[in-house]
Amino acid sequence: MRKKSIHYLVVVIVGLYLLVPLVATFLFSISNTWANTILPSDFTFSWYQQLFSDQRFIEAMGRTLGICILTLVVSMISMVMTIFVITLYMPKLERFIQALVMLPYAIPGVVAAVGLIKMYSSKPIVLTGTVWILIGAYFVLILPYMYQGIRNSLRTLDVKRLIEAAEILGASKWNAFVYVVVPNIIPGILVASLLSFSIMFGEFVLANILVGGHFETIQIYLMKRLKENGHLSSAVVITYFMIVLISSLVMLKLGSRLQRHERGEKAS
Amino acid sequence: MKQKTLLFSLVAMLPFAVLVIAFEIVPLIGMLIDSFSKDEGGGYGLQQYITALTNPYYSKGMLNSLLISLYSSLIGIGIALVASYSITQMPKKIQSMMITFSNMTSNFSGVPLAFAYIILLGTSGIFTLLSKDFGWDILSAFDLYSWSGLVAVYVYFQIPLAILLLYPTYAGIQKSWRESAALLGASSWQFWRYIGLPVIFPSVVGTFSILFANAMGAYATAYALVGGSYNLVPIRIGALVSGDVVSQPHLGSALAMILGLMMIGAMWINERMMRRVRRDLR
Repeated sequence: MRKKSIHYLVVVIVGLYLLVPLVATFLFSISNTWANTILPSDFTFSWYQQLFSDQRFIEAMGRTLGICILTLVVSMISMVMTIFVITLYMPKLERFIQALVMLPYAIPGVVAAVGLIKMYSSKPIVLTGTVWILIGAYFVLILPYMYQGIRNSLRTLDVKRLIEAAEILGASKWNAFVYVVVPNIIPGILVASLLSFSIMFGEFVLANILVGGHFETIQIYLMKRLKENGHLSSAVVITYFMIVLISSLVMLKLGSRLQRHERGEKAS
Repeated sequence: MKQKTLLFSLVAMLPFAVLVIAFEIVPLIGMLIDSFSKDEGGGYGLQQYITALTNPYYSKGMLNSLLISLYSSLIGIGIALVASYSITQMPKKIQSMMITFSNMTSNFSGVPLAFAYIILLGTSGIFTLLSKDFGWDILSAFDLYSWSGLVAVYVYFQIPLAILLLYPTYAGIQKSWRESAALLGASSWQFWRYIGLPVIFPSVVGTFSILFANAMGAYATAYALVGGSYNLVPIRIGALVSGDVVSQPHLGSALAMILGLMMIGAMWINERMMRRVRRDLR
């Protein structure tokens, strides 16, 4: 019995350790003044009000959301088509594609940024400072996650048979793919997209080095605000964290439903 | 028919191919070539690598990066080893809660994390002020914007990641092993020494390599905390290419190549180790 309580103690301590920075940031974001007291003396939501009426914040948020959605759409379409073709017609290419797709996982943001700067900051193609280079960089950044997610959900289907069946019933290959295969892998695509979304949303290195001052994403906005106003910055952090939290909760729900779905299919 | 399929396949893969070539392969090759370029006048050679490895400024940065990665990974994995074992001893509900929570906090890194630590332990941070109030001296010696501060912040983002990676390993240690060991008269210590630790050892090494790579490549956390002033490899690379001071892109490429190779090495170790685990469990 005494042994059990030690484990509880460890879990509580580690839990608290992980929680404290978050809670402190939250308290800081809703406190008016906080100095020399254990808890803040008076609470206010004015920082959030100020933040959400700050044009710069709204714009940074819009830019980040825009770039995330655009990248996700591009990635989704191109990845689904490629993975589909590979599994169906060119299984020999799979190992090669896998190596390509997993490489960004091993390459830190700074390194990727160096290569991109080298290629696109001088003629003939100048992309540094524009949104396009960031979209390209983010596309590569989320490759491993998108690949894994889509690949895993395709694996649970017998794509070849599904397509054949649809073709026998008179559908073209393309229609069979769009109306039969895609709806079946949508949950997998969504989970992969949400994960990729939180990664891009919290990305700072590429944004800072590649587009820096030209294009203020939410992380860059946060970085610039950091030294000016602590309360406001903590409101940004909490807002950011809430969005990541919501997307990971949705991801978890979708993921568990996906698993149940698979298990149900196996059982039947 | 066969030709039609081939055509369809090629068209379908075109967007992916274009994007990967333009934003992954070409930049990497460009960087590789660049890292072998000489500074003035052109020509190729190992000059940049020699500078990167022998110039005291950059080798100091390399050493700093290696040390901070080593320390933060060791501390992180140590805490996570104990914590994730304790988690496996909890009721199912608490287990899944703690894993969800670790998953959530593993997202908490970079600029937001640096900021949270500034609130907690910065010059006018909560704990800093509190400890002054109580007249404790422990924290007054602690400087968030120095070596120990960086390690503290790095450790924070290592722990949830390490918990997530180590937690499944303990499932490989079956209860029946403990029972049989106990029946044969082994003490708890002997069980861990001869059975438990050898079983989880490959996972621990694999996890360590991931944590190490994670810390080696981290840029945002350090940048947000100390700006460009602290001498770490990622920070140096960033400064060399984005031209905060004088931009020296060739040297930046060479440093980036070195960092990238270390990273791939770490991933390779991890894969080898994971393979071994899977075989062991089978």
